Amino acid sequence: MYLARVIGRVVATQRYAGLDGVALQLIQPLDEAGAPMGDPLVACATVSSGPGDFVHWIDGREAALACPETYVPVDAAILGFVEQADVLGRDLAKPGQAWEQPRASGAQER
Amino acid sequence: MLIGRVVGSVVATRKDEKLANMKLLVVQVHGHDNKPKDQYVVAVDSVQAGVDDMVLFATGSSARQTTQTDARPVDAVIMAVVDSWDLGGKNVYEKWA
Repeated sequence: MYLARVIGRVVATQRYAGLDGVALQLIQPLDEAGAPMGDPLVACATVSSGPGDFVHWIDGREAALACPETYVPVDAAILGFVEQADVLGRDLAKPGQAWEQPRASGAQER
Repeated sequence: MLIGRVVGSVVATRKDEKLANMKLLVVQVHGHDNKPKDQYVVAVDSVQAGVDDMVLFATGSSARQTTQTDARPVDAVIMAVVDSWDLGGKNVYEKWA
C-alpha cells in the first residue's frame, strides 16, 4: 500500500458493468516525507474521500478486491483515510504539509 | 488506472487465437493536466470506446479481470470512457466542451 493525496474527481458514465456506483478519483502518490512521488493516477474510491484528503491506497489486482464487485478491471483503489502518519519521526498528517492541494470549494476544513 | 485518448486501432488477423474477436485500440497516455504524453499502449476495449474518446485503462493482471479478457494474454483494458475530470474543483477536461 502507499500514501497519496486526493487531487480530483473523474466522471465516467460509460464504464465496465461491474463498476456501477464506484467513485473514481485522481490521486497524487506521496513519498515517505509526504511530498509528491511519480505521476497522479486514477483510483476507485471505496471510502468517501474527496479532493485534499490524505489517504492510503493499493495498486495491482488487489485493488479490485476493495470494490463492491471484485472481478473488475481495476488496478488502483483508495482504502482509507490517514489521520496520523508518524514516518521517520515526522507526522505527515499534520495540516500545512509541504504539498497541499488547494481544497475544493465547499470541502469542510478539518 | 491511467487516462488516455484513443488515437487509433490495431487489426491483426494472424495473432494468438486467445485474442480472437477483441477490439484493439491504440491509446495515447494523457497526464492529469490533460497534456498528451509520448507514451502509447495497445489496449483491449471493453466499453465500446472509439477513436478520439478520452478513456481510462487498467494495466497489469487487473486487465484480465473482465468476462472478455479472462485467462487471455491481455495486460491493458479500456474500462471507462471519461466524461470529465476536475482538479480541486476546476474541470480540466469536459467531453462536451
